[in-house]
Amino acid sequence: MCAMTTAALIPPETPQKRLPGDLAIWFFILAEMLAFAVFFASYAFARARNVEMFNLYQQTLDRNAGALNTFLLITGSWFVVRAVQAAHRNDQKAIPRNILLGFLCGGGFLVVKVFEYAAKFGAGISMSTNTFYMFYISLTFFHFMHVILGMVILTILWVQARKGVYGSHDAHGLESGAAYWHMVDLLWIILFPLVYVMR
Amino acid sequence: MNALKNPAHRAWLVLLVATSITWYLGEVGAAGTLAIVAMLVIAFVKGRLVILDFMELREAPRLWRALLEGWLILVSSLILLAYWISLK
Repeated sequence: MCAMTTAALIPPETPQKRLPGDLAIWFFILAEMLAFAVFFASYAFARARNVEMFNLYQQTLDRNAGALNTFLLITGSWFVVRAVQAAHRNDQKAIPRNILLGFLCGGGFLVVKVFEYAAKFGAGISMSTNTFYMFYISLTFFHFMHVILGMVILTILWVQARKGVYGSHDAHGLESGAAYWHMVDLLWIILFPLVYVMR
Repeated sequence: MNALKNPAHRAWLVLLVATSITWYLGEVGAAGTLAIVAMLVIAFVKGRLVILDFMELREAPRLWRALLEGWLILVSSLILLAYWISLK
């Protein structure tokens, strides 16, 4: 009786600090992010030596496509957060549905990007055209490959989620894949203003 | 407005608005120190929301939160430095 009263008086413990997903995925994410940091800095410092050229050719980029793709990745990330939240409350139907919606946003990103590349390549632009386009093509293509890998991961998560693997008992695999998908979003959030807008 | 209690929903809304601002700055041809700083601040705020509310590192062990936020600070500082050099 006395113990019960005491238990009721003690406020619930604050939830323990917890890293979502597996530790290994976070090391992988960090390594990827460092690679992109080098890329971003290389772009910015190369630009500092060729400001006029970078400013001139930046104007040929499709800013609307870049912004639309930002919306797509942000929304794709948001759907995947909802999938993780659904797992934590054991809403088995909402997990695969939200993963699928996140995947479709990624697909939309790829379609927009392919149209953008087609317009540039159609105009005869290539990696060797100049330093600006070399950076534009290599940076965005390196990121493009990460979107594809993210979508492969989402496909695996979707298959597993439909089998009912994830729930409040265990969402580690889902959280790990989700973290990678958010990284793809995070990188684009820097890449878009840097390459398409800042001048 | 129950939905806004979910930090992920709030983050999503802010991210969309912030992206629209960056796009708008591009449309009006914003350039120079003020524009660059504004866009970097926006990118920083957006990146932080992704780290804290999408990656859910707000309640994570301090080391991992610091590593990712540190990356954001590092990248923004390097970009700022390079643009500052270019303005000289």
